[in-house]
Amino acid sequence: MNALAQQNALAQQVAPAPLLSVTGLSKRFGNVAACSDVSFDLYPGEVLGIVGESGSGKTTLLNCISGRMAPDAGEVAFATRRFGLSDIYSLSEPDRRRMQREEWGFVHQNARDGLRMRATASANVAEPLMNMGGRHYGKMRAETEKWFNRVELDPSRLDGQPRLFSGGMQQRVQIARNLIHRPRLVFMDEPTGGLDVSVQARLLDLMRELVRDLNLAVVLVTHDMAVARLMADRLLVMKQGKVVETGLTDQVLDDPQQPYTQLLVSSVLQI
Amino acid sequence: MTVTAQQSNQPTQQYNYAYLDEQTKRMIRRAILKALAIPGYQVPFGSREMPVPYGWGTGGIQVTAAIIGPDDVFKCIDQGADDTTNAVSIRQFFAKVADVATTEATSEATIVQSRHRIPEKTLKQGQILVLQVPQPEPLRGLEARETETRAMHAYEEYGVKYVSLYQSIAAHGRITTGAGYPAMVNQRYLMTPSPIPKFDNPKINQSDAIMLFGAGREKRIYAVPPHTDVRSLDFEDYPFEIQSWEEICALCGSEDSYLDEVVLDDEGNRMFVCSDTHHCSVRRDAGHAGPLAGHALATAQEAAE
Repeated sequence: MNALAQQNALAQQVAPAPLLSVTGLSKRFGNVAACSDVSFDLYPGEVLGIVGESGSGKTTLLNCISGRMAPDAGEVAFATRRFGLSDIYSLSEPDRRRMQREEWGFVHQNARDGLRMRATASANVAEPLMNMGGRHYGKMRAETEKWFNRVELDPSRLDGQPRLFSGGMQQRVQIARNLIHRPRLVFMDEPTGGLDVSVQARLLDLMRELVRDLNLAVVLVTHDMAVARLMADRLLVMKQGKVVETGLTDQVLDDPQQPYTQLLVSSVLQI
Repeated sequence: MTVTAQQSNQPTQQYNYAYLDEQTKRMIRRAILKALAIPGYQVPFGSREMPVPYGWGTGGIQVTAAIIGPDDVFKCIDQGADDTTNAVSIRQFFAKVADVATTEATSEATIVQSRHRIPEKTLKQGQILVLQVPQPEPLRGLEARETETRAMHAYEEYGVKYVSLYQSIAAHGRITTGAGYPAMVNQRYLMTPSPIPKFDNPKINQSDAIMLFGAGREKRIYAVPPHTDVRSLDFEDYPFEIQSWEEICALCGSEDSYLDEVVLDDEGNRMFVCSDTHHCSVRRDAGHAGPLAGHALATAQEAAE
């Protein structure tokens, strides 16, 4: 390797291409601006937290960038495997659905929204493999068992019904289902909302470990500052559809610059 | 129109040939042609009210009515049997409204309407099999939204159908789906072949006959034209298998037909007999005999014929 190539390789390491690039995204509902002019880049292996109070446009932003709701203006470009960096809304519907299925994961706040409640837990976890063309039962079963262990679920519950699982277990099944096909980008909408504190802590610990191990890029929507502190590398603070502050998590939380962010950080309950 | 006293006791009008009016038949024929052009695709059609309740074969009757003509020979079976209420009623219906000859012999029929079986005797070119379908959508059990299942068909997103097979293997060690076993038609559309036993699935593959599927309540028609690939879904390590029996037919000794289990008494005695009654009686007439040949059930059946 000559010096120039070495330099180039180094430059690539230092500044990889963004995985997801959002520019000027806006979405209105009637005369309510749910999101206005939101722009950010997300790099591979990075966890981006989107925080803000209820009604600040977090979920609308997540829906727009995850291909579930077309924005009124702006572009959502994703570094797809098949087409390179391209606006997801300019892809044809079958291509977009395939890309969402193969390269993304989506963890819902309520596991019931993200799971097939009529199917068994292991079938839920194995489904993405079948969607990707897996047709060998034995191999998929082994992979499912591996993931059951990985998300710390009891393998004796492999063929149990998710509706008979506790909330924390359902959430673990959902996480396994969204990671088994090795996505590059995972969207999470309040993944620990509605769980009790001890379960929340263990789940957060697990998710942090998985994200680091798999070098996942994550967009995490939460109103819980503690979750943001633990998971996110970078934060986007939203208020009334606008991004009011952005920066490294510790920087934003320890030294908030905007009055709204200061209010948000100071309203976290201390025991 | 004035009605005289004498006329008032008479039926005021005749039904149109084959019960349905010509415009309706035309509409159904167009749906059938489209279905044949796109094998396995479910074509919506304006299903009519029929003189039988939903679930009794309204889809099949409408398809038959649209294609039947005076020269046709009509056979109707219900679970393989020619002599059950449903089969007899539909056969009499078409004998009356379409003035066609009826038969129980599979090889003589030009149109075979069937509920949940394909006859044992291989269908040949020139024959049409009409199947009555309760639920035409193979993905319905897994996806309740019609908009979504349509998109899944359009984009060939059939991975999810393997979920049910996966669960079956996980629970029982094999694929236990026995009827309505999903199949890919012409490497493109996923189809539920109506609730025929999976024993009959291979008969649809590369058949010489035309297979038409009519769902009256769900208002869908789909078709498998002759010489079309129909592959039943399976896993690489759990290949598709049809049902098999340790027993042979108790009446005719057949080893390779689909068998029904008949409970004989409350002491655990049972017999296995061919589900296809015509196939069984032909074999018996040809001198084949099973272990219970001459049983009261067989003689009762012959007396009925």
